[in-house]
Amino acid sequence: MKQKYIDYSKVQLFWLVALRVLIGWHFLYEGLTKLINPNWSSVGYLLDSEGFLREFYISLAGSPTSLAVVDFLNIYGLILIGLGLILGLFTRISTIAGILLLALYYLSHPPCVGFKYALPTEGSYLIVNKVLIEMVALAVIFVFPTGRKIGIDRLICRKNKND
Amino acid sequence: MMEDNNKNSDSSKGGIGRREVIKSLATIPVLGAFAYGWYKKRNYEKFLKESILENINLEAVNPVFERKVSNNKQIRLGIIGTGGRGRALLKGAGFLRPEIIDDWKKGASENETDHRYRDYLEQEDLNVIVNGLCDIYEGNADKGLRACANIYREGSDGKMGSKPKRYKTYTELLAADDIDAVIIATPDHWHGTISIAAARAGKHIYSEKPMTWSVDETYEVVKAVKENNVVFQLGHQNRELESYYKAREAIRKGIIGKVNLIEITTNRNSPTGAWVYDIPEDAGPDNIDWNQFIGPAPWHDFSLKRFFRWRCWWDYSTGLSGDLFTHDYDAMNQIFDLGIPHSAVASGGIYYYKDGRTVPDVLQMAYEYPERDLTLLYSASLASNKRRGRTIMGHDGYMEVGSNLKIFADSGSTKYREKIREGIIDPSVPVFSYTPGMKKVDAITSPTEQYFAGRGLLYTYRGGKRVDTTHLHIKDWLDAIRTGSQPSCNIDRGFEEAMTAHMGTIAYRENRKVFWDPDKQLII
Repeated sequence: MKQKYIDYSKVQLFWLVALRVLIGWHFLYEGLTKLINPNWSSVGYLLDSEGFLREFYISLAGSPTSLAVVDFLNIYGLILIGLGLILGLFTRISTIAGILLLALYYLSHPPCVGFKYALPTEGSYLIVNKVLIEMVALAVIFVFPTGRKIGIDRLICRKNKND
Repeated sequence: MMEDNNKNSDSSKGGIGRREVIKSLATIPVLGAFAYGWYKKRNYEKFLKESILENINLEAVNPVFERKVSNNKQIRLGIIGTGGRGRALLKGAGFLRPEIIDDWKKGASENETDHRYRDYLEQEDLNVIVNGLCDIYEGNADKGLRACANIYREGSDGKMGSKPKRYKTYTELLAADDIDAVIIATPDHWHGTISIAAARAGKHIYSEKPMTWSVDETYEVVKAVKENNVVFQLGHQNRELESYYKAREAIRKGIIGKVNLIEITTNRNSPTGAWVYDIPEDAGPDNIDWNQFIGPAPWHDFSLKRFFRWRCWWDYSTGLSGDLFTHDYDAMNQIFDLGIPHSAVASGGIYYYKDGRTVPDVLQMAYEYPERDLTLLYSASLASNKRRGRTIMGHDGYMEVGSNLKIFADSGSTKYREKIREGIIDPSVPVFSYTPGMKKVDAITSPTEQYFAGRGLLYTYRGGKRVDTTHLHIKDWLDAIRTGSQPSCNIDRGFEEAMTAHMGTIAYRENRKVFWDPDKQLII
């Protein structure tokens, strides 16, 4: 977990933190809307999957138990990652979890030639879609960490140092 | 703010200084902004929903069905006709050929989402037994017998019960005293004759639609059923669909205003859909009782095509009108209590399947209900899959009814004019949508949710419970027998269904406008 200290200019730090917070906002809102909608379920999304992991996603929808687990992890995963990114709390782990979650979304619905989805998309994509871009943006956040500069991690880090 | 904080990044190296805390908590105000935005958005959505629900005063709950207990007294069944539909009815009653179960088990082992076997095992045990079977083709009789013997719902390697007795004629079956009730799934031209005989023999009846093949026998069926006090159920399993109950409620509450036009359609485009069924290789005059097949129909020499594709000839069939229109008509009769129309006109022709058939493959029928100020329009094609659904059109809105229900406000509505102007109601989005099995009904739902709901994809696997409507319809009939009550599609509904279908058929075949005389109860 040893993090290399990077010195940012004020402008660099501002935009990196802004990117982190905005992605966090998006995660938090996605999670909360699912949480308050009693009819929300990932079943439709899972069944609509394409690509080489299609069978895996469909099998997740196959049993009520695995579906309940997927729904739970998805909702609370989104909320916690969102809070983590906004607050700069456990930023590294939140960023990694966010990248993983987005990778799972992307692999479930890769916008590749020949794949057709029932789920409507809000744009036109070829291989690159907004999920992939958000995932890469999180990768940038990961290699240019800001949680220990602007975020609760700064406080936690300092405490640990003092111990 | 962040840049301000940055200026003092090196201060307070020892304890936790004020600037240190500010830097640590600098992004917390974002959560405040989030919470404010969230609150505003939720309030706006709540306002929209409540504003719509003011007008769309529909209970946001699923209709409750009071299902009676099936399990108190065993009913002994006989089945007449075990072709495709007859065997589907047997499945609904809990009898399925072991080979099919083998297939389903195999399907389930290869694909986790294949729930046909599990759903079938979960289908309620109706506490019935089949004691007699009659079919005039050996192949169908054999399949039926094996289905009826499979009382434990097992595959080929499982334990079977004894096969029911096979009767060569329906009259012998009806004379049996170990049969309480019969399922009739013969070609159309036999429905009436057998129903009359069954009622006279004191057997309860589940008959496939249409109730009759000719006008005259329709009166006879009603008379025989009522005089002999048997429970009659007509095979319109749509009566069990929850969305139709919801649609009925919406109509009663006047949500779409005064209804002036109902459009129902059939859209099929495959040989099977057009009744061109496969003919089994082994079938021939030696294993088909042709004389009995002809029955009340005009004589024709033995023909495999006519036997297996009987729906294509008026001699045995009632065509689109009796075979497919009746389901949709009955659905609308269930929603509106339409009854028999004032008049009917029809047109169409044999435009695609020029295979020697006499029934049309494209048909339009228009029924008038002047007392209710509405037209019931039916349009069918057996050579196009363009889905047109069932639409009920009113001045204030329209409704699309299927296994789901969607209500839209009409852009020219008087009732919703203000709300449409204020942007509260969007005529292009349903103001109400109902998907059976959902935990609750929503006034507005997200586009994605709508999309899946429209395709019946949404709740198919949640809880994994899917129930066959045919099963429910048979259960409704058995429950009525056990409790001495009326089933959902009883003899009166059957009379209305048969007469309405016959009016359309006569209008088409005689190329004239046909009227119903409600006093004399006659088609004129």
